[in-house]
Amino acid sequence: MIQLEHIHRYFQVGEQSIHALNDINLTIKQGEYVSIMGPSGSGKSTLLNVIALLDQPSSGRYLLNGQDVTQLNDEQLARVRRENIGFVFQFFHLIPRLSAAENIEMPMVLAGIAAKERKQRVAEVLKAVSLADRSDHRPDQLSGGQMQRVAIARAMIMRPGLLLADEPTGNLDSQSGREIIELLESLNQQQDMTLLMITHDKSIGQRAERCIRIIDGQVS
Amino acid sequence: MRFSDTLNQSYTAIKTQPVRVLLIVLAMSIGIASVTVLTALGESARLYIVNEFQALGTHLVIVLPGRTETTGGQPPIFGETPTDLTLADANALLRSRHIAAIAPINVGAAPVSTRGLERETTIIGSTADLRQVRHLSLAQGRFLPASDSNETLSVCVIGRTIKDELFANQQALGQWLRINDRRFRVIGVLASEGQSIGVDFDDMVIIPVAAAQTLFNTQSLFRILVEAKSKTAMYKAVDEIRAIIKARHDGEDDITLITQDSVVKTFDDILTALTLTVASIASISLAVAGILVMNVMWVSVTQRTSEIGLLKALGATPRQLLWLFLTEAAMLSVAGALSGLLLGKLALVVLQTIYPDFPLYLPAWAVAAALAVALLTALIFGVLPARQAAKMDPVAALSKR
Repeated sequence: MIQLEHIHRYFQVGEQSIHALNDINLTIKQGEYVSIMGPSGSGKSTLLNVIALLDQPSSGRYLLNGQDVTQLNDEQLARVRRENIGFVFQFFHLIPRLSAAENIEMPMVLAGIAAKERKQRVAEVLKAVSLADRSDHRPDQLSGGQMQRVAIARAMIMRPGLLLADEPTGNLDSQSGREIIELLESLNQQQDMTLLMITHDKSIGQRAERCIRIIDGQVS
Repeated sequence: MRFSDTLNQSYTAIKTQPVRVLLIVLAMSIGIASVTVLTALGESARLYIVNEFQALGTHLVIVLPGRTETTGGQPPIFGETPTDLTLADANALLRSRHIAAIAPINVGAAPVSTRGLERETTIIGSTADLRQVRHLSLAQGRFLPASDSNETLSVCVIGRTIKDELFANQQALGQWLRINDRRFRVIGVLASEGQSIGVDFDDMVIIPVAAAQTLFNTQSLFRILVEAKSKTAMYKAVDEIRAIIKARHDGEDDITLITQDSVVKTFDDILTALTLTVASIASISLAVAGILVMNVMWVSVTQRTSEIGLLKALGATPRQLLWLFLTEAAMLSVAGALSGLLLGKLALVVLQTIYPDFPLYLPAWAVAAALAVALLTALIFGVLPARQAAKMDPVAALSKR
């Protein structure tokens, strides 16, 4: 599903050039559960951004579902992202003025799906993350765990093949953190979504079938 | 993304910032209101004047002796003296099939007196047709009789002011009036006309043209007013008048013809230009409002940076983001424009109550133009902030909190 070949990424910070990703070669198959670990500044977030199509590699080839995505323009990238990738962030990134249901609905609004179908799918997903009774609550009326579950519901609403989670438990207490991990894992197992998770927490990282360590921009 | 969804998203985003919305709407509505009020004033003035002229009939042709041209050359210069227009010339014009009425005009000033009261006033010599040509109406009596224009009948029609000054509380009809050393019997009093394009028919005495020629001891006419049968006939009449007079003046084309509609058109042009100028000046306030829209949109984009990053991550294309923010700007402007129109309408209603005589009228094109300009300003000034949102780097935007 994901095929990275000789990926390099340089950043220019002032006079200095930082080599954030150094010749990354990585293949991830459909349905895999992969965790990415490494100290801060090691380049794991950059790797995730490249995989997420939010950042373009300086050189190298990236095939997503067999399509070379390094050649696409911004409009095309946005469309590929919309259809294939779901995001879960450390800081939830919910839009504060919208209710839980409206936040979950957002990717479908951008995709131009009819309101009737949106409503139905939102209801299903809300049930799946056991927040059916919170659909009209705004983010500031929800707990951290609930907000992350809304974010997960939003990530899975387009039924993407790839679920990217950037420290999904980083801002949660251990109890709700564990619930979130279990929810993500169940999505990976029951719906055959590829799950790619960045984490600091060893105990979480080692639950994955495959654990990738990144140090100084290289897979070790 | 569906259009209704774009509207909805922009609307919910706007709703969270009521103070900002109020400011933009206020600025925009002041701009729009001033444009509409000033346009309405200019347009009403134009209509007022054009109507005033058209009340005189648009088929009117004025024949003046002499021609506007440059003559002479090497010295000594021999300027041409134009041949006078005479009563015979005027009567000859009746040959044209396109002419409905002819009023030869002779003008002079003379003292008018009766029973010890005297007043210096304008004397107009003309024929019965003058009534038709200038659309005069009578308060009492009758107008000059339709008779041969060469007849020197001793009758006169007087204006309202003359009647009030010389025959204060008495019956004027049938009285004798002395003009210079001749006596005329008053047979009619004009209804009060007020000023009619510089000619005060109230302070005037109208006598038969032949009598006026004798009175002022002249054969020539001041001008001839000709009413054509219709608007299309007017242009043919102009050609025929020129041909007839030319034939009578030894082949010399020595008259000037002014058509009423060319005069109307000139005034129309001047006042339209004036209206547009005034409206343009007012639209400076619209430009200021536009800059305010831009400012508010910049703030909105900056404040919602992380939201823009999120939308990008969720699959919003640059174009969708551009339209989202443009729609927001457009919504604010249209709201401003609508309340501005309301404000303008209100101002016009107030003005109308204060000046009920002046016909105030807001043309539909001005309303449409105001709305279009507001929308255009929003799009022009909204495009820069919206482009910034569309082009934002998603990684950097997402990391902003």
